[in-house]
Amino acid sequence: MARIDFEALAHSYAGADAAPESYALKEMTMTWRQGGAYALLGPSGCGKTTLLNIISGLITPSSGRILFDGEDVTHLPTEKRNIAQVFQFPVIYDTMTVAQNLGFPLKNRKLAPDKIAQRVAEIADMLDLTSVLDRKATGLTADAKQKISLGRGLVRADVAAILFDEPLTVIDPHLKWQLRSKLKALHRALDMTMIYVTHDQTEALTFADTIIVMHDGRIVQSGRPADLFEQPEHTFVGHFIGSPGMNFIPAEIDGTVARLAGQTLSLATRYPSIPAGTKVELGIRPEFALLTHGPDGLRVQVDRIDNTGRARIARVRLGGCKMSVTVHNYMTLAGSDAFVRFNLSKIHIYADSKRVESAHG
Amino acid sequence: MDKPFDNRAWLLVLPAFLIVVFTAVIPLMTVVNYSVQDTFGNNQFFWNGVGWYKELLDPGSELGGRFYASLGRNFIFSAIILALEIPLGIVVALSMPREGWTVAATLVILALPLLIPWNVVGTIWQIFGRSDIGLLGAALNAIGINYNYVSNPFDAWATIIVMDVWHWTSLVALLCYAGLKSIPDAYYQAARIDGASRWAVFRAIQLPKMSRVLLIAVLLRFMDSFMIYTEPFVVTGGGPGNSTTFVSIEVVKIALGQFDLGKAAALSLVYNLIVLIVCWVFYTVMTGQRAEPGHRAEGGAA
Repeated sequence: MARIDFEALAHSYAGADAAPESYALKEMTMTWRQGGAYALLGPSGCGKTTLLNIISGLITPSSGRILFDGEDVTHLPTEKRNIAQVFQFPVIYDTMTVAQNLGFPLKNRKLAPDKIAQRVAEIADMLDLTSVLDRKATGLTADAKQKISLGRGLVRADVAAILFDEPLTVIDPHLKWQLRSKLKALHRALDMTMIYVTHDQTEALTFADTIIVMHDGRIVQSGRPADLFEQPEHTFVGHFIGSPGMNFIPAEIDGTVARLAGQTLSLATRYPSIPAGTKVELGIRPEFALLTHGPDGLRVQVDRIDNTGRARIARVRLGGCKMSVTVHNYMTLAGSDAFVRFNLSKIHIYADSKRVESAHG
Repeated sequence: MDKPFDNRAWLLVLPAFLIVVFTAVIPLMTVVNYSVQDTFGNNQFFWNGVGWYKELLDPGSELGGRFYASLGRNFIFSAIILALEIPLGIVVALSMPREGWTVAATLVILALPLLIPWNVVGTIWQIFGRSDIGLLGAALNAIGINYNYVSNPFDAWATIIVMDVWHWTSLVALLCYAGLKSIPDAYYQAARIDGASRWAVFRAIQLPKMSRVLLIAVLLRFMDSFMIYTEPFVVTGGGPGNSTTFVSIEVVKIALGQFDLGKAAALSLVYNLIVLIVCWVFYTVMTGQRAEPGHRAEGGAA
């Protein structure tokens, strides 16, 4: 059980002297609260795995400190850190039975055999592995192997946090759901800090209570799933969360009026003046933009309408800018001319990719 | 679905079949033919049935005595070679570098002994071990160790064993190294998290992952050491006395020295059969260990 703190933590694989922009993990200070379920979300190469390996101690950061419950563990080796990690591909010890696999961390820590057996039985029960305890672990399916990997982490009573590095990559889709709900149930039952790395937003949204979106070695936003959806702090979050992603339209903002591709739109709130030279964009999620016959709203050209199963999404052009907007089921369209109406309270303004706070009042 | 049947397809097998016939089947059948006949030269042959085999398997006869004695030497030699080269090869593989320019350097150095022809290896050690001019032999004698592979059976054995270890441990090491390289990093990371000691990592990860290549290494080294001929022939010529006369040397002595083609052929066939049987036993035992009860066959799983 532990709270994890990063203090000005940064890492470069090229060594501490490398240019700051080339760092795999840019300097960050943050706190992971005890018992939280975190998902680290981001595209490949954004620094997720680096961050995970720094927590588990497989990598020593180039600068900064990492603290468990206030104690500096920056230079403590992995085996002294009370961290469990589940990897992308199941790691099991081929020659051992499931029970021996689960008991391996305890055996290495020189626990009495009866204590090990007792603890292994508990964990096997928790993970539904009791029926295969005496089997060789090699012959099992990928999801059972991944449960064993997880079990080797859980079996240690002193584990402070469990780290998952894209653990469902090799699991069949219909088993992913089962395993994910198992994880959720375990999290509730055990009150452990869990950090889950993934590039799959569905996985992140269903598992975590806090989602941390990373981009290019930085944390661009962390918050509840709803926050990330409704109020992306960065255009990257808007693109990455949601399917299809958020629309961003180049705009000029003047107080409560936005000018988009020659058309004007009255905004719900007033925005402070933005310095000249910055790239200003208006962001709106497809879910909050509706295709209509007009006559109010912005005039657009419809390219095509896709049926995604849950909703109909129109791909439209506003001036030269492509957008995705919602289409009601009963709406029919003749020709390609149509209008789009925004839910004004869901509009966000971005200057150089960062969200601009509206000037209230 | 209709599969097209066309017996002309057999013609495609013909070239390979002919090559096998001329390189393997005909020579082998010639040996089988010799083994049931007796000859006194002049290309004259007399039918002898299983006579040579009976004599060969009877320890009381002259031929049988020589056969069992040399066969015993062969087994002792192979056992010593496996007991030395397999562990040594594993240790060498474990201590080899994993990355950087040293990898290439190590591989080249390890491959060197494997590239030297057998009889050259024999000649090198024959000279190296000579007690008058050889570096090894003269040095040992100079520090007071009475070493002479020409007159002392123990020294002769030691020389051949050390020579074989020098020549072939590289092969075991290279095979093991390939096995080690195929282990993903995640295994080592997981083992660190599980708090495994160096020995536990070896037992739980490295040895099981190497078991496949180790099987190949054991088979290759057994077959090769069991069929050893050139090196002892060059170094000791089978002596002193008969102390390093292995079955292969015995075969050549009988076939070319005494020109007893029948005896030599029977001996060759039995020798060949023993190699096959021992390899089959090794293979069955070593693969059987993995497929214990509870192991479900999983197609394509590593």
